[in-house]
Amino acid sequence: MLFWIALSSVMLMLTAGVAMLLLDNYLAVVVASSVLSLALSVLFVVLQAPDVALAEAAVGAGLSGVILALTLRRVGLWRINVQPPAAVTKTSTEAKS
Amino acid sequence: MLVEEAAWLYVFAYLGAIGLILLGLYGLVMSRHLIRMLLGLSLLEAGVNLFLIAAGYRPGGVAPILTEATRGLLMVDPIPQALVLTAIVIGVGVQALALALVIKVYQAYGTLDMDALTAHIAAVPVARSAPTSVSAEEASP
Amino acid sequence: MNLREFAGLIFLLGLGVLLIAVLTTLPYSNSLTGVGNNILAQAPAEVGTANIVTAVVLAYRGLDTLGELLILFVASTAVGMILSKAPGTASVTPPLSNTSTGFVFSAAASLLFPFLILLGSYVILHGHLTPGGGFQGGAILAAAFFIPILVSPASPFKHAVSSLLETVAGLVFIGIGLVALFGSGYFLAPLGHPGTPGALLSAGSLPFLYLAVGIKVGAELAGIVAHLAQP
Repeated sequence: MLFWIALSSVMLMLTAGVAMLLLDNYLAVVVASSVLSLALSVLFVVLQAPDVALAEAAVGAGLSGVILALTLRRVGLWRINVQPPAAVTKTSTEAKS
Repeated sequence: MLVEEAAWLYVFAYLGAIGLILLGLYGLVMSRHLIRMLLGLSLLEAGVNLFLIAAGYRPGGVAPILTEATRGLLMVDPIPQALVLTAIVIGVGVQALALALVIKVYQAYGTLDMDALTAHIAAVPVARSAPTSVSAEEASP
Repeated sequence: MNLREFAGLIFLLGLGVLLIAVLTTLPYSNSLTGVGNNILAQAPAEVGTANIVTAVVLAYRGLDTLGELLILFVASTAVGMILSKAPGTASVTPPLSNTSTGFVFSAAASLLFPFLILLGSYVILHGHLTPGGGFQGGAILAAAFFIPILVSPASPFKHAVSSLLETVAGLVFIGIGLVALFGSGYFLAPLGHPGTPGALLSAGSLPFLYLAVGIKVGAELAGIVAHLAQP
């Protein structure tokens, strides 16, 4: 049982890491970093380190994502690349990569 | 026998740590955008923390918390856990400071692209003043 | 940049091969290192905490914790200095929330806020009994104090109160360490007698040390988030 939990959390972690480097939309990158911290926290629990898992969940999945998102807001990368409906005339700009 | 049973956990944890370190180095070295470089740095720190915790694991060990159920059982090493606890909080402090500097760079130059920033910095003239000739005279004898 | 990317991939492949070669030389054994063995054997009787990682963080490696508090203090102060108000930047950032924050959001936030404070305080106060402690509880408290910033951005975060709390908590930590220095000759040695492991008031001065650490870390992280949130 622990085998499958460890395997799936390592796979999720590495996938989120690859996604952090390849995605263009920076809001998705913030979500990927939170997913990576969550999977890392589960892996810490399997490795019998609950203190470190609690710290990683509180800091990585919570505060680090918040800090990244607040910085993206002040740097101009806060737009989601969404096409507005046809009734609206102005279109949203591309998310810079 | 006890060692071969838990070898998969070591293999997963170490391969995950090495993968994170390599991904972090790739992001840190090969990206053109400042924020992606910082994300690579945080990936690198996560990989190193996982490596430390995996090094402290003992096959068949339990978490180092004394309760009625764990009295007398083998416990994993508590020292890497204390070190990684410190390292995680320091990592978020470093990340916050780096992001504040990124905000200032954006306010000063309007872009976060490394090539554009290098061009901006290369365009600043280097100031040559008297103290450099004084140090050259002191260095010669 | 194809040559550059190719060279980067070759470098990373080589580094990966080296790291995996290091991996095969690491021991997969049951034997602990000498220091870990001794700490696990002596910590319950000597320090008295049920959580041995807390004993390592506060009693055996207390100077490392002091160094970490120093690094967090420098980071928080530097963020405050860097992000002081600059003219002409208000046009770049969008507002943190729209003019009407909606009833659901503000009601849920006001319901969530006391529970987060409760959880953070519980994690700080029981750091020597269960997994937890000052750093985890401080991070939860900082996340709790981010919610009023989201709900009502008009009322600013009081930076004076948070820096006062941070200063007092830091002085309490160093003060307990100095009392231990003059009492038993070692800076940050655990004071008091270790009670029964498992009781709330055990392990001498360690719960108070972790309380100071928790308040300091919480105030600093909340200050960092507030500086980043409010232009």
